[in-house]
Amino acid sequence: MSGSLFLGALDAQTVVDAIGLGAVYALMAVGIGLVFGVLRLVNFAYGQIVMAGAYTLAFTSQADWPTWAGIAMCVVVTVVVSGLMDRLVFRPLRTQSPAVMLVTTFAVAFLLQNVALLVDVRDDTIGEPAASVASLNRAITVGGVEIRKVSIVAVVVAVVSLGLLALLLTRTRIGLQMRAAATDFGTARLLGVRANTVISVAVLLSALLAAAVAVILTVQNPLVSPDFALKDTIIVLVGVVVGGIDRLWTAMLGGFAIGFVTGVINGALPTDKTVFLPSVVFLLVILVLLIRPAGLFARGRTGMVERL
Amino acid sequence: MSRRFDDLAQLLAPVLLVVATAIVGSFTSRAIEIYFLTAIVSVAIVVAIYVFVGNSGVLSFGQISFVAVGAFAAGVMTIPLESKTGVLPDLYPLLRDHTIGNFASLALAAVVGGLFALLVGIPLMRLSGLAAGIATFAVLEITHNLLREWTKIGPGATTLALVPETTDLVQAAIGTVVVIAVAFAYQRSRLGRSLRATREDPAAARAVGIDVHRQRLWAFTLSGVLAGLAGGLYVHMLGSITADQVYLELTFVTLAMLVIGGISSLWGAVIGALAVSGLDSFLSEAEQGVGVGFTIDLPQGARLVILGAIMAAVLVLRPSGITGGREFSLPRMRRSAPAAEPAPEGGGR
Repeated sequence: MSGSLFLGALDAQTVVDAIGLGAVYALMAVGIGLVFGVLRLVNFAYGQIVMAGAYTLAFTSQADWPTWAGIAMCVVVTVVVSGLMDRLVFRPLRTQSPAVMLVTTFAVAFLLQNVALLVDVRDDTIGEPAASVASLNRAITVGGVEIRKVSIVAVVVAVVSLGLLALLLTRTRIGLQMRAAATDFGTARLLGVRANTVISVAVLLSALLAAAVAVILTVQNPLVSPDFALKDTIIVLVGVVVGGIDRLWTAMLGGFAIGFVTGVINGALPTDKTVFLPSVVFLLVILVLLIRPAGLFARGRTGMVERL
Repeated sequence: MSRRFDDLAQLLAPVLLVVATAIVGSFTSRAIEIYFLTAIVSVAIVVAIYVFVGNSGVLSFGQISFVAVGAFAAGVMTIPLESKTGVLPDLYPLLRDHTIGNFASLALAAVVGGLFALLVGIPLMRLSGLAAGIATFAVLEITHNLLREWTKIGPGATTLALVPETTDLVQAAIGTVVVIAVAFAYQRSRLGRSLRATREDPAAARAVGIDVHRQRLWAFTLSGVLAGLAGGLYVHMLGSITADQVYLELTFVTLAMLVIGGISSLWGAVIGALAVSGLDSFLSEAEQGVGVGFTIDLPQGARLVILGAIMAAVLVLRPSGITGGREFSLPRMRRSAPAAEPAPEGGGR
């Protein structure tokens, strides 16, 4: 890293890593946006679903499971945790105000994080290594540029899963129902869309995305701790709202943009130049929200329609 | 007659609860007393948040910023002069060469909190919903970033230490009662009622000529004043503070207290703060294996799990909070003959 402030100092490695981070955040953004679409609920505890998946990878790796089995188990765990969260928390709160739902997901996040801490410190250290997936973190050389494999994996996984999701949403019956529910839940129900089915599918899909995110983030940072993915969730939430949470693709663009910007900034600027950078970034966030409250990429300036 | 008494009870009940907490706390050992102090100062912080969030119905993650600037203003300005140049050499000369007393520092904390809130609120109060939530969160991030890195106004990433520990139970109780009384006076005033009208129905409120932006700005600024004061009480209780102590965790915990108590009433803010603080203190003691009739010995770390589980359970089972968002009202006495007029609707609206 040259240490220069100029963007000219951006090397290909930084750009690729930034795209990789943007891809991960885009996945998280869609995971959050899917649930928001049908429930009008911002799930702050989404990061803890990712964390649960990451711990599964760490523990299966320590138990010498093959990598594929660990990843399969990771999917199972994220689906189970999401399902429980939906059944025990989201369902009773469906008719509540957005503030109550959001604060409840804080409490759930706080709870899951501390459960993880309790499990983690049994061996008297905080943090569990996930060795089996760490091999993906090696660099390969493409055209003279060192690129970490995981950045490529992140981009490929993001493109494939978002592509499949787009097909599901546009080409299948359940996808159509989900889009209808996200637009106007009340009318959709009148027309025969089953609320519980649509919500369950959205939660399931967001859980699958969480599993993919868990794998990629664990590869990047193989030491899993209770606050795993917490900071990422906060950044993604900001990105999602700045992009426009009302629709999936604007949420996804917001997630990608904030991930890419974060990656470029972290890669290109020396740390002594970045102490006030969060202030600048969040000032920009405020400006964007003031100019376009419904989101940077949203049509029109009107805010979202609250459910019911 | 009865209604008037009900109105008075809505103010007296939270005040008496805080005073009672202070009195009970004064009979305990020093090790236990800190729990009572913390609980009372938490009430001040949560009521300050309530003044904006509860009355306007707009969620803000930024109110702890005002607690933070209040705490740092009061802290930096009360460190004795002789040690100040040593521990905070980079301060602006104005801050470095002056020290003020305890009372003045609390007033300063309130003023700084209020000015900061006014400054932030002028643009931000145009927003509502999630955009308001994220924008106020951005304010919290900026405040934290500046307090952590800007050594001309504070200690930077190190601990702000040597702050006089002047917040005892008396000061905490008086300060918190002031916060409650101001919050009560505000919500009964024309301004407060206008804002509550915008919470219930923004379109109708606009239709009768209420300026939503201005009403929200009033409440945001008043909330900033009270939060700054609460921050001053907080730093004088702790004696030392870091920027991380007035950041995310405090934001989430105090918001949870407010929602658990009941987001739309003063009584709910007070009850929520006291209930969650009390539970937390009890669990802390239980973690150290304390006997309360029978000995409870929780494993380390179980406190936060139980606290989180109970908070989540209360929110799921009773989303409108312990008080249901209603003000305190006396239980209806049945001293008069049952044939008397039907009990009038209590003042709990």
